[in-house]
Amino acid sequence: MNVLLDNLALFREGFLGTLSLTAVSAVLALVLGLVIAGFRVSPVPPLRIFGTLWVTVLRNTPLTLLFLVAFFVVPKVLFPGINSFVLAVCACGFYTSAFIAEAIRSGINTVPMGQAEAARAIGMSFTQTMRIVVLPQATRAVVPPLSSLLIALTKNTAIAGAFDNVDLFNIQKTLSNDGYDIAMIFVWITIGYLIITYAINGLFRLLENRLEVAR
Amino acid sequence: MSEVSVTKDAGGSAPATDELVVLEGVNKHFGALHVLQDIDLTISRGEVVVVIGPSGSGKSTLCRTINRLETVDSGHISIDGRPLPQEGKELARLRSDVGMVFQSFNLFAHKTVLENVTLGQVKVRKTDKQEAEGKARTLLDRVGVGNQADKYPAQLSGGQQQRVAIARALAMDPKVMLFDEPTSALDPEMINEVLEVMQQLARDGMTMVVVTHEMGFARSAANRVVFMADGRIVEESAPEQFFSNPRSDRAKDFLSKILHH
Repeated sequence: MNVLLDNLALFREGFLGTLSLTAVSAVLALVLGLVIAGFRVSPVPPLRIFGTLWVTVLRNTPLTLLFLVAFFVVPKVLFPGINSFVLAVCACGFYTSAFIAEAIRSGINTVPMGQAEAARAIGMSFTQTMRIVVLPQATRAVVPPLSSLLIALTKNTAIAGAFDNVDLFNIQKTLSNDGYDIAMIFVWITIGYLIITYAINGLFRLLENRLEVAR
Repeated sequence: MSEVSVTKDAGGSAPATDELVVLEGVNKHFGALHVLQDIDLTISRGEVVVVIGPSGSGKSTLCRTINRLETVDSGHISIDGRPLPQEGKELARLRSDVGMVFQSFNLFAHKTVLENVTLGQVKVRKTDKQEAEGKARTLLDRVGVGNQADKYPAQLSGGQQQRVAIARALAMDPKVMLFDEPTSALDPEMINEVLEVMQQLARDGMTMVVVTHEMGFARSAANRVVFMADGRIVEESAPEQFFSNPRSDRAKDFLSKILHH
């Protein structure tokens, strides 16, 4: 009778599906976002153009459209038989990377110009200047928007569930087909999402406090 | 001041005709403003050149073009016989040989004083960390802030920060030091402690380009005074001559405004 207790295995599978999709996409988005933010402030014009293009295209495309491309165009044209989890990670990760790149770039802009100039003046390369001098000082400003973006990512992964990826959103279809009360199904699914988003929230609050102490 | 002197490059004792920094026909625009107009300037090894002039005359820009923090629109700049390369590894290497001291100090805010002075040695010169620390402490002692090594820049006074910035530049064993209005952001009582360090450097034979409003420093430490106005070098002469008998009207006008009030 109880939808959760009767289907614990399915809920666990869905929860782990959402969790793993969120985690892997987040890592991809953070790495790509960092690289693209670097491109956007780089002294090399082609890199700057690439970075701007990346952000413009991905930020302005609806995520559902990206999923349609990922699931129906990419396997047909480029990689036949590719794993649906990988496709979902790419769609979510690429999409979120555009927003993360902009959040990081706004953090970079909070660091006074003179810091980068001083680093270049003692002979540091662009990457050294970024890595050693600018980014560590940008982190504090980047943490709050990053936490929002990762929470948004968590919720966006639900679209992957609509594309037959097993996650919290996806198991809802199976359960309502089995005849359970739809309201109760959504209550438990919502709690599943809340656990993940609240964990992200707490993690970033911890990080913020840690950075507060460091300076 | 400690006994230890900064290691200078082998050419330090070369004859005064040895040209270290050469600017030829340098032009630069900021939008419609022609901020540097046909600048020709040669700085010899061991020479101390002080650049003065009214604000907006292009002196800071001139100073910053020498290590390519500002790019130029036309003209040639070479340092120690090598033309300034494009942005990249080559330029980074060249910059490491050119020390720079900024008006606003620009010490790395998230690093301690000691780390500020070791960072370039370790990351750019690939010096061993212990060796770099030893050298950093010697330099910090030399500029008189040895006891502040473990503090963060924000905990220091402006004068102390600027002296750390000088130590940071010296740690790279630069061939030439550029000073971009190093005392303009300081409280009056802190100006002298910075100028004294610079005087000492000049006496030790460092090649220096100093953009400043400190006429006393120009008189006592400069080999040559370059007077700039409206993006041009209007007058170049020995300090005694410049201050007692300026040739151009522009320089006379400038000096009358700053010396008699």
